[in-house]
Amino acid sequence: MSASRTAVSRSLLTPFNIVAGLILAVGLVITVMRFTGGLGAVTNLSDYNPWGLWIGFDLLVGVALAAGGYVTSAACYIFGLKRFHSAVRPAILTGFLGYALVVFALHYDVGRPWRLPYPFIVQPGTTSLLFEVGACVALYLTVLFIEYSSAPLEWLGFRKARNLVVRLTMVLTILGVVLSTLHQSSLGALYLIAPSKLHPLWYSSYLPIYFFVSSIIAGLSMVIFESSLAHRYFHDKMDETHRRETDGVALGFGKAASLVLFGYLLIKVIGLAVDNNWHYLTTGWGAWYLVEVLGFVALPCYLYAVGVREKNLTIIRRTSGLAVLGIVLNRLNISLVAFNYHLPSSERYFPHWMEIAISVFVVTVGILAYRFIVTHMPILYEHPEYKDAH
Amino acid sequence: MSISRRKFLGWMGAAGLGVTAGTKARAASNAHFEGYPNSLAVLHDTTRCVGCRRCEAGCNKVNDLPAPATPFDDLTVLDRKRRTDAESYTIVNRYGAGGEGQAPLFRKNQCNHCLEPACASACFVAAFHKTPEGAVVYDASVCVGCRYCMIACPFEIPTYEYDKALAPRVMKCTMCHPRVLEGKLPGCVEACPVEALSFGSREEMLKIARERIRKQPERYVDHIYGENEMGGTSWLYLAGVPFRELGMREDLGVTPAPKLTSGALGAVPIVVGLWPVLLTGIYAVSKRKDKIAEEEKRQAVAQAVEAADQKAAEAMAKAREKAEKEKTGAIDKAVKEALAEAERKAQEEAAKAAAEAAAPTDDTAEGPEGTTPPAPSDPKPTEEDA
Amino acid sequence: MEGGFFTLQDFMYFTKGVTYLIMVGALIAVTAFWLYLTDRDEDVTAEHEEE
Ligand code: SF4
Ligand code: SF4
Ligand code: SF4
Repeated sequence: MSASRTAVSRSLLTPFNIVAGLILAVGLVITVMRFTGGLGAVTNLSDYNPWGLWIGFDLLVGVALAAGGYVTSAACYIFGLKRFHSAVRPAILTGFLGYALVVFALHYDVGRPWRLPYPFIVQPGTTSLLFEVGACVALYLTVLFIEYSSAPLEWLGFRKARNLVVRLTMVLTILGVVLSTLHQSSLGALYLIAPSKLHPLWYSSYLPIYFFVSSIIAGLSMVIFESSLAHRYFHDKMDETHRRETDGVALGFGKAASLVLFGYLLIKVIGLAVDNNWHYLTTGWGAWYLVEVLGFVALPCYLYAVGVREKNLTIIRRTSGLAVLGIVLNRLNISLVAFNYHLPSSERYFPHWMEIAISVFVVTVGILAYRFIVTHMPILYEHPEYKDAH
Repeated sequence: MSISRRKFLGWMGAAGLGVTAGTKARAASNAHFEGYPNSLAVLHDTTRCVGCRRCEAGCNKVNDLPAPATPFDDLTVLDRKRRTDAESYTIVNRYGAGGEGQAPLFRKNQCNHCLEPACASACFVAAFHKTPEGAVVYDASVCVGCRYCMIACPFEIPTYEYDKALAPRVMKCTMCHPRVLEGKLPGCVEACPVEALSFGSREEMLKIARERIRKQPERYVDHIYGENEMGGTSWLYLAGVPFRELGMREDLGVTPAPKLTSGALGAVPIVVGLWPVLLTGIYAVSKRKDKIAEEEKRQAVAQAVEAADQKAAEAMAKAREKAEKEKTGAIDKAVKEALAEAERKAQEEAAKAAAEAAAPTDDTAEGPEGTTPPAPSDPKPTEEDA
Repeated sequence: MEGGFFTLQDFMYFTKGVTYLIMVGALIAVTAFWLYLTDRDEDVTAEHEEE
């Protein structure tokens, strides 16, 4: 089947391909500079600002937005919402790609990437939240790979291996949810060690819980968001089931996201009360905090609700974009904007253009990989030979 | 815990030690950790510091650091605030020199060698550790370069060799650990010409500091910075002005760094322990629900079918009766109609034949024969309504 | 170092190390236990596997 589907006779010189090619070229040049000149050659990192865009965006945002995989498979397999089934595979694919890219991007950020396995094979730093994150991300990437592997196995026609993977679905799903709970929350917990550097409005002993809950929001919203994009660009790759179920998925996930956003808003307020941070709300930081909480938590919560009540898919799809932006904003606020808030502006960090270029490069690699996979493998449609088995 | 023990503490090491060390630390969950007894510390009396930068020079020398851009006797560098960087473990800054007749204040900055180091707590390869001697030392041979230690350190001390491509290291003061093991003084302490730095056991340094405050209360603020900050440090400070005026943070609190993360770390195994149970439970329940729903559906269908069967039987009987009637009715009707038709046609034909008898040309025989149906038995009069 | 821990950091380093090992064991154990629990329960096992 793949042969017939790949026979898309399109010129290689589409505007998209040209832009992507340029980005890749620039990315490769910067890659060479990074690994020959050191971090200093391509970044604005400093002794005051050891973590920049590559952690704030590539790691924190990347992992949060890849949460769709565990959220969807949990909804479908654990909570038994079978009508979301067609959303599982695309979500797991994006999850897998997302995590793979996070790990890929980390190789740029850490000083000696070839030592990344050291915490697990040489000397575990068990008191570090980063160790926890690393262990879970590594394990979860493996889990996602196995879960996702049913698609390439179908593509390649390895029936036995594929059936084994499908048999393991339940165990993998539960393991995936456990690991996701842990590392999503631990990413927030990374900042627990630095109460003196993160602005009190963002620092909270609830940080791990905030990160976990908001990762659910990110996961749900990303599934809606991606499916609307996929609809626009890969419509021909979808089977009937997928097309039919997408609207249901958007409605169901929109409802869930609205509810979770509501809970998230509540615990944010509780966090303010617990640390007695009300008085900061009247400062400039407070205004920015309110922009985040009102504009990117409360507003999408309300808009999702409206969309769900009126069964208006357009509202839901647009809101998913807003909610995703909200998560991005939150992660960047914590890692870059409100971090080191106490330093004079001359010591603050702003990403070097080459850091931004590498982040764009990584995202582009992701989009290209996604495009390759959905045009070749049974992601948005069920493989004709395996229809029964789901 | 010695270096060697920690070094070999791999996964298996940790498992093996569970047997030996576990018993001794039985009551440790609510225990209070006092730090290593007789560990060493430096006391920096900022009221004595003259900002000569000799400590910087001494440190540079004993640690074989690269020569600085401006020589150590050039005091103009004091005009701007500096921080530790990859080529200097320690820095002296000038503070508060403004008012007329007011002597400028100086403070030396370097790693404070926390009793509970945030950098060690944060490092995911355990590259840092607190030695029994007091120094917090770093092991570049395992460092991955994630720089989380730099995020964690509340004193913003560790620095990174951002310009090295192949083997960048975290750089920070070592409290001259190798020298101290040899019985020598730290390089900076040795170099200080005015004894603004003293070195000895931490207890002793605290005693000296208290003594100085007691003897000259007008000279010192009544606080020893580092006694409790972030759980206490092995570098202690005395000052004549509030410490914030020396660029030191007074809002760090006294919570040791590992305590900040212990809650989150403690939740991890609980999630691992309970989540699978919870999730499998939810799975089983939703499965069960599905099954029950299915079962109920099946039963309902079965009942409905049964009931329907009975009704259907009755209905069928009726229907059959009715159908019978209808059928006969329909047949009768059809027969009647057919007869009427035949009759009509026969008459027509007869008339036609009679009319054409005068001029016999066409084949007239077929018509009446073909259309005349075989005469049925007696037509019964029946009702027509359905 | 005659046993025991002098710093909270060392104590946690040790206890968390043990806990991590237990966690790995726990994940394996819970899977095995679930299989044991539902072994004779043909329905559930079957479903468990087929899903
Ligand atoms: S001052 Fe910073 S670098 Fe030094 S021991 Fe404390 S946490 Fe570590
Ligand atoms: S940069 Fe090195 S020493 Fe610092 S936390 Fe990372 S691995 Fe540990
Ligand atoms: S103790 Fe040693 S390493 Fe630290 S500042 Fe003094 S001379 Fe430098």
